[in-house]
Amino acid sequence: MTVGGGTGVADGPRAVSESGGGASRAPGRPQQEVVFPTRDQYVAVVGEYQQGGFEMCADLCGVDYLSHPGRRLPEGVRPERFEVVVNLLSLSQASRVRVRVQVPADDAVLPTLFDCYPGVEAMEREAYDLFGIVFTGHPDMTRILLPEDWEGHPLRKDYGVGRVPVQFKGAPGPR
Amino acid sequence: MSDVTPGAPVDTAPPEAHPDAVLEPPVSGDSYLSPGPGGEPEGLVAETSEGPQELTRRSETEPDQLRREVGAVLRLPEGVAIDPSDIDIEQSDDDTMIINMGPQHPSTHGVLRLMLELDGETVLRTKPVIGYLHTGMEKTAEELTYVQGSTNVTRMDYLAPLHNELVLSLAVEALLGLEMPPRSDWIRMLLVELNRVSSHLMWMATNGMDLGSTSMMIYGFREREMVLAFFEKTTGLRMNHNFIRPGGTAADLPDGWEDDVTVICDTVMERTGEYDELLTGQPLFRQRSEAVGTLSAEEALALSLTGPVLRSTGVPWDLRRSMPYLRYDEVDFDVIVGTFGDNFDRYSIRLNEIRESVRIIRQIVEKMPAGDYRVQDKKVTPPPRARIDESMEALIHHFKVFTEGFKVPEGEVYVAVESPRGELGCYLVADGGPKPYRMHIRGPSFVNLQGLPLMMRGGLLADAVAVVSTIDPVMGEVDR
Repeated sequence: MTVGGGTGVADGPRAVSESGGGASRAPGRPQQEVVFPTRDQYVAVVGEYQQGGFEMCADLCGVDYLSHPGRRLPEGVRPERFEVVVNLLSLSQASRVRVRVQVPADDAVLPTLFDCYPGVEAMEREAYDLFGIVFTGHPDMTRILLPEDWEGHPLRKDYGVGRVPVQFKGAPGPR
Repeated sequence: MSDVTPGAPVDTAPPEAHPDAVLEPPVSGDSYLSPGPGGEPEGLVAETSEGPQELTRRSETEPDQLRREVGAVLRLPEGVAIDPSDIDIEQSDDDTMIINMGPQHPSTHGVLRLMLELDGETVLRTKPVIGYLHTGMEKTAEELTYVQGSTNVTRMDYLAPLHNELVLSLAVEALLGLEMPPRSDWIRMLLVELNRVSSHLMWMATNGMDLGSTSMMIYGFREREMVLAFFEKTTGLRMNHNFIRPGGTAADLPDGWEDDVTVICDTVMERTGEYDELLTGQPLFRQRSEAVGTLSAEEALALSLTGPVLRSTGVPWDLRRSMPYLRYDEVDFDVIVGTFGDNFDRYSIRLNEIRESVRIIRQIVEKMPAGDYRVQDKKVTPPPRARIDESMEALIHHFKVFTEGFKVPEGEVYVAVESPRGELGCYLVADGGPKPYRMHIRGPSFVNLQGLPLMMRGGLLADAVAVVSTIDPVMGEVDR
C-alpha cells in the first residue's frame, strides 16, 4: 500500500496535515502528515510506514496533557492524559510523518517499536524515565537520564518544579 | 566503581576489604544514600551505582539486552542478518572483565560513562551510561516564556549554541506563522555556518588530542578562537549567545562584519591545508583511524544515526540539502559523504564540511540583502530602544514583551535543522499561552551514542577513545 499520500493507513487512524499556520516559508518544505492510531494499531501502523519507505525513526517523545485536556484532535480520537509522539523520516521521499498515540494515565503502557526501529532504544528509555510510560518488549527498560532510585517522573505535569531539594547536600565530605 | 570479575588477575579481594570502601557511617536518616537491595554496605559502591542501567555480567543479562550490547542491531526480517555465530553471546564470564571508563575521564568529552566488557584488550560489549549532566532543561523550558526560551536551549549543545537557538526559533515562528524578512534568514545562516566551522574545529582539536596529536589540539582551538571572537563582537558572548530569537535576531551584524568574516574564511581555508599535512596524509593517523569503528548504512539508518556519522556510511543525507530551511536552497555547497563508515571517513567529512561551510559563508557575504534583521510584527518584536525614550506606549510594549512574553497559538510542530552533529529537532506543543506546553529537543548526540556498542565491538580498547571521539558527543545535549 502507499503511505505518504495521505490516504490513511490500514483501518481507522486518519491522516491530517499540519495546521501550524504558514509554517512553510522555505520553498519546498513539505507539510507534515500526522496520524492518530490507537494503541492496538500503533505497531502495525508504524510497521506499514516502515515498509512504505520511512527508513528512520527520527524522534520519539512523550507529552503529558494533564493540564491541557481540551487540545485539538481529529474526530474519533479520544484524548488521554499521555501522548507518545513518533517522528518517522523517509530519506528517499524527503518527508516526515508524525504518529501520535494516546496513552491513558491508569495504564501507561505501550508496545515497543524496538523491533521495527532499533534506534528508538534510548528514546523509549527517555520517555519512560521522564514520563513513566512503560514500553513492553523493550530490551532494557531502565531509567536513562535520572539515577535508578529516583522517585517520580519529572516531566509529568503534576511533578512540581523545584520540588526536589538540592541533591548531594547531605553527601559525606571528602574522605 | 570496581566491578571485580572472578577471573580477573588483580584486585580479587572483596570490595569490603578495600580501604577506600570503608567510610564513616552516613550522617543521618535524610542521607541521599540508600542501602542497596542486597543489603551491601553503604559507601562508594552505593554512591556511584546506577543499578540496572549498568553493564552486568553475561550470566545476569537477558538475551535481548545482550544482543543490544554487543551491537546487533539488524534484527529486521529484510535487513542483512548478522551471522549468529558472529555474536558471541555464549561466551563465559570467566574469560572477560567488565571495566568502567568515565564519567570523569579526559577522553570521554565530558561526563560520558562507558562500561566495557573486555577480553584481553578486545572490546566485546559496550554500554554508555549517561545522565550525569542532566539538568532537566525540557522541564525548565516549560517554565520560561518563548522570549526566554532561547537562553535555555542555547546551553544544551554548548559547542553549537546557535543551532539550538535556531531550531527553537524556527519552531516558534512556524506556530506563529511568521513571514521572516530575508536579511534575518541570511544573518542566521551566516551565524550557524560559522558555528559549524567552530564546532568542527573544536572536534578536529579534540580528535587530534585523542589520537595523540597535541599540536592539532592547539591549532584547532586557535582557529576556533577567531570564530568565537567574531561571535563575541556580534552577540556579546563567546558561547550561549541568545542571539537568534523567535522573530529574528537580537541585533544587526556589526559594522565591518564582511571584513572579519572574510579574514576568518581565508585563514580557516589556509589552515585546513595544514591539517591535511599534519593528519590526513600521516601514516600513523591513517592506520589508527582507517577501518576502525566501521558502520554500514543499514545499521546507521536502523539506529537513527544522523549527521557526519550517517554520511560516513555513504548516505547523502543533509537536511540543508534534502529538506532546506532558511535560504539553503539559494547557496551552492556539496554534501560530503564517505564510503566505509570508519573513523577516517568521519574525520574527512568534518574536515571537508569546514571547507563547504566556508564556501557557503563566502556566498552569504556576497548575497546578504539589506533590510530588517527581525520581523516587524508588533506582537513578537519589542519596539527599538530609541522609541522607548519618546513614547510611553512603546515603553509599556517593550516591558510587556519581556515580562509576559507573547502568546503562541495552540498547536504542535516538529522542526529539524542540521547541526554539526546531525539532526537537531524541536517538537514544540503550544497551548495558546506565553510559555511552551512541552518542548522536546531531539539531540543528535543523544541518539548517535546508540551506535557505540556496534562501532566498538571487536575493536581495541585504545580505539574506543577514538570511536567515542568521532561520534562527537556533546554531553550537555545528550543529557539536557
